[in-house]
Amino acid sequence: MVAEDLKLVIRGLDVVFTRRRGGTVTAVENLNLGVRDEEFVSIVGPSGCGKSTLLRIVAGLIRPTSGEVLLDNRPVEGPGADRGMVFQSYTLFPWLTVQGNVEFGLRLRGTPAEERQEIVRRYLDLVGLRGTEPAYPKELSGGMQQRVAIARAMANEPAILLMDEPFGALDAQTRSVMQELLLRVWEQTHKTVLFVTHDIDEAILLSDRIYVMTSRPGRIKTEVAVTLPRPREVSVMDTPEFIALRQRVHGLIREETLRVLDQERPAVGGSAGG
Amino acid sequence: MKRDRPGLLARVGEILRPHEPISRGAYLAGVGASAAGIFSLWAILTYGGFVTPLFLPSPSDIVRAAAALIADGSLAEHTGASVSVIVTGWVLAVLLAVPLGILMGTLKFVEALLEPVVNFVRYLPVSAMIPLLILYIGIGTPQKVAVIFIGTFFQLILLIADVSAGVPKDLLDSAYTLGASRADVFGRVLLPATLPGVMDNLRITMGWAWTYLIVAELVAANRGLGYMILDASRGLFTDRIFVGLFTIGLLGFVFDSTFKRLHKLLLPWSPKI
Repeated sequence: MVAEDLKLVIRGLDVVFTRRRGGTVTAVENLNLGVRDEEFVSIVGPSGCGKSTLLRIVAGLIRPTSGEVLLDNRPVEGPGADRGMVFQSYTLFPWLTVQGNVEFGLRLRGTPAEERQEIVRRYLDLVGLRGTEPAYPKELSGGMQQRVAIARAMANEPAILLMDEPFGALDAQTRSVMQELLLRVWEQTHKTVLFVTHDIDEAILLSDRIYVMTSRPGRIKTEVAVTLPRPREVSVMDTPEFIALRQRVHGLIREETLRVLDQERPAVGGSAGG
Repeated sequence: MKRDRPGLLARVGEILRPHEPISRGAYLAGVGASAAGIFSLWAILTYGGFVTPLFLPSPSDIVRAAAALIADGSLAEHTGASVSVIVTGWVLAVLLAVPLGILMGTLKFVEALLEPVVNFVRYLPVSAMIPLLILYIGIGTPQKVAVIFIGTFFQLILLIADVSAGVPKDLLDSAYTLGASRADVFGRVLLPATLPGVMDNLRITMGWAWTYLIVAELVAANRGLGYMILDASRGLFTDRIFVGLFTIGLLGFVFDSTFKRLHKLLLPWSPKI
């Protein structure tokens, strides 16, 4: 891939944590990846491989030890509105209504009230929550809160949307409904997305490409192109192509998980999040 | 489906299930029973002549004493003196402790600056400092304001620090990824996120402030409810002591329920209501 074609480029990324009791842990090592404009890319890997760390680096919330992150050919220095993020935990501001949450970024930028109203309505429509504007987060279910969080991140019109296991805290039924919803949203918007998950089906259903990471230290093990036709429906999950992809990705992650289990020493500690 | 009316035993059993809600009627019946029980016991002991009025005056004695203290204006004067001291000392403590506590819970460096001092002073009982405060600033109003301030400030700052340290990091990170600056994160995220916890702790420390005030007024004062109680005890006016106690209890109750109502009114989004 030539850098100029890419919206997001990560080159030679290393993340080394210093342990409190001394010593260091290499969480991510010489990691390279790219995301094209209007592409949905997932990162999957065994737990603790540093995929969440990677996403936080792109968001500018953590600084890498070395390497570079380029968005539209400009280096990422810190957090900014051009990289929206949806977290696994519920992060709606409880003191703001749905309206207040979705327009949070717009207010910071000084978007006029009328325009804010228009944008909030558009994105709540997109996630199917039109009419919930005056509700407080505590009145919403977990799935609804995550839908508002998606609307909030998208209302800011970021260049790329980062999603860190956004459906990880939801029950299985809600999760599959949310996957379907995100698929529909993406087919309508073609937003550039970098998506972290440990759910293989979710990754295949939603993505154009999947990066499989190695266990710690996290590197890109393989890149899997998802050749399923677009626009997709959930029924694609029953096709032989989908099942073949699932087997392949599953096998790749299994290799990594087994490798860790084989190497496991009793003194292994520390955590970098899933 | 037809069912027999449950018997008394079954109904009592229904009320006594652990952690289960009960009807409003049953709850109010409990409140009424407890109040009526205490009042009847009191009436029997006093009107029945089982206890001398020197130890426990009868309800009507207390009402008469209260009427007299209200009529000559002394109850209002002492109450006013106590309330103004409490509110002054507590407001000063709140104004300083809330912002400092938020910073202490958020910025490790501020924690390093404040925590050792606060933790040391916190374990010194305020009552032990009263003699020193009398030496410094006498027995007037400023001394009692200082007692309230010292008593609440050092506790409140730690409670608020805990509240602000408990604000989820993801909430701050969400704000950053929506384009917030560091100042925005303080003003638009940390501050509102701590409000329910701050509100709770304001209510709790106001309760403590009453204890410190009465101690200060019992030690040295010429005005206030604590002084009124001490003065009544010198003349063996037990009924006046009880008037003082009831007034303090009533004020505590009024302050507490005002805070609860304010919490609901000002923070309708709070997960604690």
